[in-house]
Amino acid sequence: METLTFILHNLPAIGERTLEHVSIVGVAVGIAILTGVPLGIAITQSQRVADTVLYLGSIVMTIPSIALFGVLIPILSKIGQGIGWLPAVIAAMVYAQLPIIRNTYTAIRNVDPALRSAATGMGMSAPQRLARVEIPIALPVIIAGIRIAVVINIGVTAIAAYIGAGGLGTFISRGISQTDIRQLITGALALGLLAIACDYSLLWLQRRLTPKGAPKRGSRP
Amino acid sequence: MIRLDALTKVYPTANGAVAAVDRVSLEVADGETCVLLGPSGCGKTTTLRMINRLVVPTSGKITIGGRDTDAVDPVELRRTIGYVIQQIGLFPNMTVAENIGVVPRLLGWTAERRRRRAEELLAMLALDPAQFLDRYPNELSGGQAQRIGVARALAADPPVLLMDEPFGALDPVNREVIQDQFLRMQRTLRKTVLFVSHDIDEAVKMADRIAIFRAGRLVQFAAPDTMLAHPADDFVASFVGTDRTLKRLRLIRVREIMLPGVACDARAGGGPTVTPDDDLRRVATLFLEHDLDTLPCVDPDGNVVGRVTRADVAARLATGAA
Repeated sequence: METLTFILHNLPAIGERTLEHVSIVGVAVGIAILTGVPLGIAITQSQRVADTVLYLGSIVMTIPSIALFGVLIPILSKIGQGIGWLPAVIAAMVYAQLPIIRNTYTAIRNVDPALRSAATGMGMSAPQRLARVEIPIALPVIIAGIRIAVVINIGVTAIAAYIGAGGLGTFISRGISQTDIRQLITGALALGLLAIACDYSLLWLQRRLTPKGAPKRGSRP
Repeated sequence: MIRLDALTKVYPTANGAVAAVDRVSLEVADGETCVLLGPSGCGKTTTLRMINRLVVPTSGKITIGGRDTDAVDPVELRRTIGYVIQQIGLFPNMTVAENIGVVPRLLGWTAERRRRRAEELLAMLALDPAQFLDRYPNELSGGQAQRIGVARALAADPPVLLMDEPFGALDPVNREVIQDQFLRMQRTLRKTVLFVSHDIDEAVKMADRIAIFRAGRLVQFAAPDTMLAHPADDFVASFVGTDRTLKRLRLIRVREIMLPGVACDARAGGGPTVTPDDDLRRVATLFLEHDLDTLPCVDPDGNVVGRVTRADVAARLATGAA
């Protein structure tokens, strides 16, 4: 009851924190798509390069986000941005890379070789084949990777409250330091709802962009 | 005309270089269907894929209509060659109309012209355009999908068609139907067709000439009747089968051995008859079924135009190739 009152009295603040959160996640995932998708496509050309890139990506994923923020502080301090929005975006972007690269790589690799052979045999150049056949068929799996990246990033960005990036994590960090259960629950609840909302809207997008003639993944009746 | 000249493809393997295709030379005249026949791994598909440069030859030359394919940009070359594969390879993200329009679109046709062409091809393949144009490949049966595959290869009206076991995945009944349909179309279209198959019956049915392969080498290149009558060696003889004489019967038409004239006998009234376009399989069947030595030939109106005898059938089989 107390928590509910707190939420109702702080709706504008919650909205503002949510916007901060979304801006960090949105920019980070946006950049990660622009870099990760081309990289994921590029590494389909060489098994060895692909193995290396995916291995490095997996190592990055094992770094705790709080440690990554720590590493970024001295580096970004040189341009006066040691804490705040920029390191939060950079860290989130780093964590978004692996799911996007890996899903893009797997999706393109799994396009039926017969389709690739047919496309090439009919006179498509490599870029035409990519744009008209491979990417449209791979798109649902690529978007599934983006969904994973978004959910991971919502979590990473919550931690970024500790380096002064704002966002919904602020409620949690304050709730802990002030032993205020109301703020703690508000932050956790808002984060959960945000994650679910983002995941579902991307799932909707994923289904919409699934080629109509492709095998269904339980997406349409 | 397609000409292969000492075409060779060598693959390096752990046990040294292996020639998948070994100095194959052959010529296919314009409008002819040549079936590349042989057991799996004999180099027939590799040979086909060298023609549209999906496989780059190690040595040798391919000319199409006098033009060395080496001198042409592979992407441009492929747009002038229709290509059908066994797995069909329809793009699941495109409708039937879009699939058929792939090469026309690459060639810069307008959307309206592509659509018209797709309608025309579907009608030619006895598929109702209104019903099929906007379907997706997963809404088609195997036989329908394979027809669309053929339509797609014909879309830009290429003079040359490469078909890699195009009907191999179909059930026997469907395969017969689509083979007949293709033969009918080919009679008017007169494409130069190279057709890979491992099925001797299909080869005999479809081919003007059969090129039979073994371990990368061309063993015999001949018209089906010649190949069945005179297999070049034991391998060809065993591949075409011990019933090769029976297979030949379907290649020979009654008109080829018919004795013209109406003065045979009056049995046309009741007994079995054949038409000049029937093949000798039917004649032989009737001979055996009714224990006959001679059959009257009738025209479509039922008038007796000649007769065919057991002795003439035997004589024709004995002469070998026409």
